[in-house]
Amino acid sequence: MKELTLTTMIAVFEEIFGSGLFWAMMLLAAVITVAYVYVLIRDRAVSMRKFLWAQVSMPVGAVVAVVFVLAQTNSALRHTGGPVDVFVLLGVALLGAVGMAILVYTGQSLLRPPAQETK
Amino acid sequence: MKDFQSSRRDFLRFGAAVGLAATLPVGLARASKTKTNANIVIIGAGAAGTAFANRMVQRLDGAKITIIDARKNHIYQPGLSLVAAGLKPQEYLVSTTREWLPKGVTLIEEQAAAVDPVAKTVTTASGQKVDYDFLVMAPGLVLDHDAIEGFSLDMVGTNGIGSLYAGPEYAAKTWAAASKFVENGGVGVFNRPATEMKCAGAPLKHTFLIDDIASRSGAKGKYQLNYTCPQTVLFSVPIVAEKVRMLFGQRGVATHYKYNLKAIDPGRRIATFSAVVTDPATGADKVTSVEMPWDYIHIIPPQRAPAVVRESGLSWADKWTDQGWMACDQGTLRHPQYSEIFALGDIAGVPKGKTAASVKWQVPVVEDHLVSQIQGREGTEIYTGYTSCPMITRVGQAMLVEFDYNNNLLPSFDGVIAPLEELWISWLMKEVALKATYNAMLRGKA
Ligand SMILES: Cc1cc2nc3c(=O)[nH]c(=O)nc-3n(C[C@H](O)[C@H](O)[C@H](O)COP(=O)(O)OP(=O)(O)OC[C@H]3O[C@@H](n4cnc5c(N)ncnc54)[C@H](O)[C@@H]3O)c2cc1C
Repeated sequence: MKELTLTTMIAVFEEIFGSGLFWAMMLLAAVITVAYVYVLIRDRAVSMRKFLWAQVSMPVGAVVAVVFVLAQTNSALRHTGGPVDVFVLLGVALLGAVGMAILVYTGQSLLRPPAQETK
Repeated sequence: MKDFQSSRRDFLRFGAAVGLAATLPVGLARASKTKTNANIVIIGAGAAGTAFANRMVQRLDGAKITIIDARKNHIYQPGLSLVAAGLKPQEYLVSTTREWLPKGVTLIEEQAAAVDPVAKTVTTASGQKVDYDFLVMAPGLVLDHDAIEGFSLDMVGTNGIGSLYAGPEYAAKTWAAASKFVENGGVGVFNRPATEMKCAGAPLKHTFLIDDIASRSGAKGKYQLNYTCPQTVLFSVPIVAEKVRMLFGQRGVATHYKYNLKAIDPGRRIATFSAVVTDPATGADKVTSVEMPWDYIHIIPPQRAPAVVRESGLSWADKWTDQGWMACDQGTLRHPQYSEIFALGDIAGVPKGKTAASVKWQVPVVEDHLVSQIQGREGTEIYTGYTSCPMITRVGQAMLVEFDYNNNLLPSFDGVIAPLEELWISWLMKEVALKATYNAMLRGKA
């Protein structure tokens, strides 16, 4: 690749998903992140109970992300050929796990604010 | 919470280690536009012509830009290999020529019939004359199917005949023929032509893919593959040739060097080669005719420059005289006699190239020299022969092979993606990233 710049990367991702879907996903990720920060600031504390559920959901997110990527790309686990492939797979799993955890934590916090939880 | 934060930090660290987003430099600021009334004509609206037209619109203000091509469809050719192995539908390859062209570019939907480099005019098939100040030749190449006696494109998909280069429809018909072979087995024959060709890895990729699919399908244990080539090596870059030789050895693909496909008899399913064989008694080489039966044959015809280049006297007079590639400096891609004519893409008479990835590296070079000439300066960019070929070795794995004129490997992700290792990430590059990068290039963004 000639120039691997941020603009090239954005152009490439726009082409992979279509620019509409790409920016919609970016927006969604931004909204979830903002909502996450919002509930953290609002609640002034991390609810361990919600966090437990978030953690429990992490393996599910990891597996879903890996299965999704393999299915989308005509590949299987046996195709990991070297360390870099294992890193990529772990990266995908980690991304899925973290994404799922944030989603679950934020979702719970928005639906059941701490006032209700302590009752 | 603490756990969670640390896992996020780990992720970022991981990203940096793998050389992903975290290490990317911020995009280059684009230079301001050059004002000019230059008249720029581009012949061919394929990968090279389209990318170049977009770059010109982004770089120049006031230029008259005309692109000439009769082909209404744009074909994403690197995907042909995937269609011919049943991995993508035919539609994956096809878009329209027009949708990639920016506003402010005039498309003449005709073939260019002749170039007069002295009068600086292009004549189209209908006789329309188009004057130019700068001419960029990007008409790709032509497939010489007639050079193989007994073969015509209407046979593709019947009698176990495949030919994926001929276009989306033929790639799909190739899979129709190959899919029977991977179920029933038998003898498979694959050829490579004696001429230069686009994507020299494609004949190898097709062989690897058919072998991989057959080894997991009905034909398992009941098939034998023969790879034939007129050359004495499997690939022009020695280190890659050796690697492919070893892989063919492991997979049990028999290689026949110095075999040139001359004729086919579809009724009898016999291919005839002109082969150089060594006489076991005398040790002397002699040319003989060798017949090979097939249950599946994949044909790649010889490839040559389009007539408009050869007949306008723009080809090399002393190199590739049977093929007619356009004369140009291998660093600047400028014609040696006519300083306002450049070659771009497959047509360029240079020792490497002929991939879309090469186009990506050639476009900024021609752009630099052309815009500099308008500004009254000398351009400085040099094309070093960068060529890339994600060499698929099975469904799910590839080798990201990148090299230059000197047969040096030029890994884009040095130390991260090993070029001569069969990797899943390299497959992802081909499956997911390549078309996106190609499209971004067409739009002049990559
Ligand atoms: C099977 C296969 C697999 C490939 N795999 C890869 C890969 O993995 N990676 C990679 O980087 N590259 C790959 N390529 C190569 C890549 O597709 C080409 O190198 C690239 O398309 C070259 O661009 P071009 O503009 O020179 O030619 P093209 O894209 O072929 O465009 C040429 C255009 O010129 C037009 N034209 C022809 N004659 C005239 C005329 N007289 N007047 C006007 N217009 C004319 C044609 O209609 C066409 O639209 C592959 C190619 C094939 C066939």
